[in-house]
Amino acid sequence: MDNRQKEIDNLKDYKYGFSTDIENIKAPKGLNEEVIKFISKIKKEPDWMLNFRLKAFERFKLLKEPNWQKPKYPKIDYQDLYYYSAPKSMKNKPKSLDELDPKLLETYKKLGIPLQEQARLNGIAVDAVFDSVSVATTFREELTKHGIIFCPISEAIQKHPDLVKKYLGSVIPTTDHFFATLNSAVFTDGSFAYIPEGVRCPMELSTYFRINASNTGQFERTLIIADKGSYVSYLEGCTAPMRDENQLHAANVELIALDDAEIKYSTVQNWYPGDKDGKGGIYNFVTKRGLCKGKNSKISWTQVETGSAITWKYPSCILKGDNSVGEFYSIAITNNFQKADTGTKMIHLGKNTKSKIISKGISAGNSDMTYRGLVDISSKAQNSNNYTQCDSLLMGNKCGAHTVPYIRNKNSESNIAHEATTSKISEEQLHYCQQRGLNPEEAVGLIVNGFCKEVLQQLPMEFAVEAQKLVGISLEGSVG
Amino acid sequence: MKEQLQKDFKNIIKNLNLSQKDIEIKKFCLDNFIEKGFPNRKEEDWRFSDLNQIIKKNIGELSFYCDYTSTNKVDTSVFVDGLEHNKIVFINGRIEKIDFDYEKKNQIEIIDQSETINRFSNNNSLSDLNNAFTNKCFKILVKKGYQLSKPLIIYHTFNSKIWSKNINLRLDFELNQNSSLRVIDLFNETSEKNFLNIFYNFDLKENAILKNYKLDKHENKNVKYSFNNIEQDKNSISETFILSSGSNFFKNEINCNLNGKYASAFVNGIFSLNKDKHHEIRTIINHLTENTKSYQLIKSVLEQSSKAVYQGKIFVNPQAQKTDGYQLSKAILLNKESEFNAKPELEIYADDVKCSHGSASGSLNEDSIFYLMSRGLSYQQSRELLINGFLLDVVEKITDSEIKNLVKNMIGIKE
Repeated sequence: MDNRQKEIDNLKDYKYGFSTDIENIKAPKGLNEEVIKFISKIKKEPDWMLNFRLKAFERFKLLKEPNWQKPKYPKIDYQDLYYYSAPKSMKNKPKSLDELDPKLLETYKKLGIPLQEQARLNGIAVDAVFDSVSVATTFREELTKHGIIFCPISEAIQKHPDLVKKYLGSVIPTTDHFFATLNSAVFTDGSFAYIPEGVRCPMELSTYFRINASNTGQFERTLIIADKGSYVSYLEGCTAPMRDENQLHAANVELIALDDAEIKYSTVQNWYPGDKDGKGGIYNFVTKRGLCKGKNSKISWTQVETGSAITWKYPSCILKGDNSVGEFYSIAITNNFQKADTGTKMIHLGKNTKSKIISKGISAGNSDMTYRGLVDISSKAQNSNNYTQCDSLLMGNKCGAHTVPYIRNKNSESNIAHEATTSKISEEQLHYCQQRGLNPEEAVGLIVNGFCKEVLQQLPMEFAVEAQKLVGISLEGSVG
Repeated sequence: MKEQLQKDFKNIIKNLNLSQKDIEIKKFCLDNFIEKGFPNRKEEDWRFSDLNQIIKKNIGELSFYCDYTSTNKVDTSVFVDGLEHNKIVFINGRIEKIDFDYEKKNQIEIIDQSETINRFSNNNSLSDLNNAFTNKCFKILVKKGYQLSKPLIIYHTFNSKIWSKNINLRLDFELNQNSSLRVIDLFNETSEKNFLNIFYNFDLKENAILKNYKLDKHENKNVKYSFNNIEQDKNSISETFILSSGSNFFKNEINCNLNGKYASAFVNGIFSLNKDKHHEIRTIINHLTENTKSYQLIKSVLEQSSKAVYQGKIFVNPQAQKTDGYQLSKAILLNKESEFNAKPELEIYADDVKCSHGSASGSLNEDSIFYLMSRGLSYQQSRELLINGFLLDVVEKITDSEIKNLVKNMIGIKE
């Protein structure tokens, strides 16, 4: 018990809130063609990549910022942002970890992500992204043995142009919505993974995103391709320093699963949520979309969203291949003045496709939480099935919980079932736990963990432990 | 369309005896409508049913002026047999008859409100259209403590005299303390290709009970929109039942404000559609104070290339603790071409509430059919039995036994 208390005390404040004092190279402030050319040049990109960006930017100029979402935010001045920021020491990419700036190593150590392989994290390969560049990728040699490519996307653009050209923008086209298009124009770095035919990836792949510089938008792009019959489990973690101003994070993630392939994508999002009065914090406006391109393919999203001032994302599955499966498991927790508008889209195009959505929302303090989802079964998707369950838990009477599902069924041979409930923790449950010697906070923690269990089970082991702790911490101070 | 609107508007004004102020209000509404036009799919509330397109496709050019100076003959053959009732008869949008023969005369007041009162704030251009073109608006007031002994049937009859017309209706009801009223809207038409735009306002005072049944069963090619605004005071009960079946397009909107403690609202609906009909029910239940209750059940049976839409919203205000809200929609799709769209929405700002919704859609259960066939029923019989059972669930929710039987006969459910 003492240990747990100590742990909680340690974690009570946002422990990732420090910032690293490091010299940066930044692109000139503002958003224009010059900046895009600057980013492209500093990344030594080929012409086709620059054209991809410029095409997206042309399109971006025509788009209007959407405003249908529930959490409103003050207008972002896109000209007042830095679109590229990288530690100076990264200009000439270090060849090995020994050459890496010790400050960076220390930062990641502090975050609990050791980059040295001897301190290996139970066999998880990590790609560490610091502001706009990837600083290190671990376990590359071992992955190469299996033919797996796991590297920063800027490296993949140079070394594996065929794959990138073929798949980049194939799930999230440059003509997509406002933030996705912005990302296509100015994306800086991110991870690229390719799992060759028939390979079961021997370890978890993971990316750790860190925003450090102030006044910077982070725009990463992740592309994962699972070739026929392969399997990969991918983890994503994020943190940022505490700052008073809001920072924009607009990433794009594209997943492609070919015949019989399976991708499992887990996120523990813990960006800085802002302080108790709602000052500061990250705007997390992320586009995540997976395409089950081949037959019998499967994409599964699991997310634990505890951070960010505003979370606005809908990890989606396009079930194109026959018999393909899409899954979405989500826990979203908002406290203080946080706002979240999250959910998923399941687009059934192929025959016998199945999807499952389990969403658990917990709101406390003055926060607001929305589940927004779409299930669309097209007329060709015969014999398809969807099951959706979204439950919300309210703590306190100043918060809100909303459910906005869109359900479209155009096929008489397909079934959709949807259910949602909203409630609070009952007095009986609390009483029962307290009677057995738990204090009110522990009792709430226990009940909330039970409420979330269905989703927590889906996470890989190491993540599940961390996520479970996070769930407890995010709700600190919301009881009583 | 703009010129047509302005021309018809002038004709309407000419025949009405209105004060300058009223004309100005009407003119203002007209200008609003001209600016916005018919709702289209870009508006969130109309994303599943683009009225602008539907009117274009089903009707084409509309005209807005109807000659209300001459009377129409009331055809008594349309009256419901076997159920004693009070009547309001609309023929082609003109009120031909109001009769409360079965009631005590001094307990019901019928007030002719020629002035326009814009009390609808549903942000929708159709209320502007309605305000601009309604020629007569009656208010029916039920006095304190009076419970009508017989139901009121409102006949909406349209004959072949009108074609490609927009008809706007407006009725207000006020139910004072401890009063009760049963209203049946019965649509009956031999006309085609008209657009009906109906607005009702119900004001329920303490302990009042309202039961409203909207029955659209007769096959017709009209496009209809109906909006019910229900204000509910303490302890009042409203029950709305919608049978959505006959028209080419019908959108029913219910906006219910539960303003007083212990008020409760029930909305039940059936979609029974075939051909390429397209119907929608949209409900908004606003729980504005504590201890209020709402219950909604919508079931659909969709044949051929028909399409049904259900958008239901439960809103719970921060003050509305102990709210109980429930919403369920189920659909059976009988044909490859049929389509069901749902948007069951919860917006909740209070923590001590019990709110849930469910939505399911799919085909008829083959196992159930097999079970029935193995007991000697034909495929057709088994199918009918299952569908009837499915719909009976909603009909059974009707709390008035006389009207329940009327509805059962109408949709041919045998017990």
